[in-house]
Amino acid sequence: MMASAIIRPLTANHELQPRWIDGRAMDKVAAEFIKPNDRLTAFERLELYNQMYWSRLFDSIREDCPGLLAALGERAFTRLAQAFLERCPSRSFTLRNLCSRLEGFIVANPRLTAPRTKFASEIARFEWAQTVAFDGESRPVVEAAAFARTPPSRLRLGLQPYISLLALQYPIDTYVIAVKRRDAMRSEASNTPDSKAVVRRSVRRAALPRRSPVHVAVHRHENRLFYKRLNPAAFRILEALRTGRTLSQAIAAAGPKVKPQQVRAWFKAWMALGWFCGRVAPAS
Amino acid sequence: MPANRFNGHSDYGVGIGLRVPHYAHILSKKPVVDWFEIISENFMVEGGRPLELLDKILEQYRVVQHGVSMYFGSADKPDRAHLKRLKNLVKRTKTPWLSDHLCWGSVDGTYTHDLLPMPYTFGAARRTAEKIRQIRDYLEVPICVENVSSYAEFHVSEMTEWEFLSEVVERADCGILLDVNNIYVSSKNHNFNPYDYVNNVPHHRVGQMHVAGHTKFEKYILDTHDHPVLDPVWKLYAHATRTCGVTATLLEWDDKIPSFDEVHNEALKANEFIDGAKKAVV
Repeated sequence: MMASAIIRPLTANHELQPRWIDGRAMDKVAAEFIKPNDRLTAFERLELYNQMYWSRLFDSIREDCPGLLAALGERAFTRLAQAFLERCPSRSFTLRNLCSRLEGFIVANPRLTAPRTKFASEIARFEWAQTVAFDGESRPVVEAAAFARTPPSRLRLGLQPYISLLALQYPIDTYVIAVKRRDAMRSEASNTPDSKAVVRRSVRRAALPRRSPVHVAVHRHENRLFYKRLNPAAFRILEALRTGRTLSQAIAAAGPKVKPQQVRAWFKAWMALGWFCGRVAPAS
Repeated sequence: MPANRFNGHSDYGVGIGLRVPHYAHILSKKPVVDWFEIISENFMVEGGRPLELLDKILEQYRVVQHGVSMYFGSADKPDRAHLKRLKNLVKRTKTPWLSDHLCWGSVDGTYTHDLLPMPYTFGAARRTAEKIRQIRDYLEVPICVENVSSYAEFHVSEMTEWEFLSEVVERADCGILLDVNNIYVSSKNHNFNPYDYVNNVPHHRVGQMHVAGHTKFEKYILDTHDHPVLDPVWKLYAHATRTCGVTATLLEWDDKIPSFDEVHNEALKANEFIDGAKKAVV
């Protein structure tokens, strides 16, 4: 019961809900299991934990989703975050995974982000991809010699698990970079060495960029985060490889207009980045 | 006792937490620090910069792991996948001991990400001790259990918090990470004498101590870890050091983190009390 009470949403005044889920007065419910002291009632003691829970999780989601916060503005973002955390409470030991289901939640609940639902869902996907790129698994790189050993009609390559391939309707990469620059400038302007000490300003909704389809790989190189724009044909090759197609099938997925020397140049760049690894056999 | 089986018979002095704002300073200036405490969960990842950074730190420094999500007191069984990740990290860091909290914080797979106080009952002590034993046997490293700061107490409790802690660690045959700031915070929130707490835990089981800052509000104290250590906590630490023996001590500073030098200098104040405790023995 205490856990359920702690994760219940606060009131509009950021207080513990006055009634329990069965309609009983919360102060009486709290008093059933929590002792008061000479300064705080049982209700007030439980409220402390309730408030700390929401403060902690809101801080975490704001830190992980600055682009989404900028896209929606403070009020809509808070409404979305509260609904998300209420219906999808943390199921992981680490807050790192808190936003892993956020994109799906946005798509399933469009009213919360309308009329920017598509934009919001793409930002959520992008910002989760950053988390994966930051500390996702890295497997041993497949060297060039492996290409020579197996014919392309049978060669299957894995793509590093920390790479996310994103086909987006909006230029989310440039949008997120702009938001990061804006936030960095605000932090400097406040003259505090520690960005967390900055008084949190209410974030206004940023202008929606024009719809402009892009293909982006969110990845890391030498443990730094990068966003790499991809030619649509290159994207199709990488997606095909990721889904288990052979090298021949993947290159064919690029389409007939792509020149062989272009494909070779792409593969040379991807290999230099260490993108290819062995495939993991599917679980039986 | 300084070096004992609960801290892997290590004789560590005063350390500080390894924190992101200090990474650049530590890697470039290579300051002399006796040891760093890492939050295990920050490094239970599969790759990338966190592990790169950790490996660089391990080349130069001693590191001890401190966890925040084992939830020894939760009714949920230990998660095998979680334990496997944690054990991988234990092997990587070669931590001489591992600590986590005497608390609960998850129910049926939903996490509050808080360190929630236990009901101090014999049943809870028995179940918690059994869980600690299972985890220790799997990880194959000494475990120290930390007392948390709390803001609520339960009607069902059958004993004081220090009696409960003692009951758990004796049943589990594990060590104690004695957090004197948490004792002080809880003593103000629950109206008990913090010295009674320190005097009545099994001193030979103390493998490590924590000191930290807190914030006073009108009706309660909050364990915020965002200030220097206040005088009453230093006094309690001095008493704990004389009573339990000099042992590995860590300053926790987790929010509004100032420069590395400021944090380290604050931690090194502990040496004044350590020296006092050593002289008292002689």
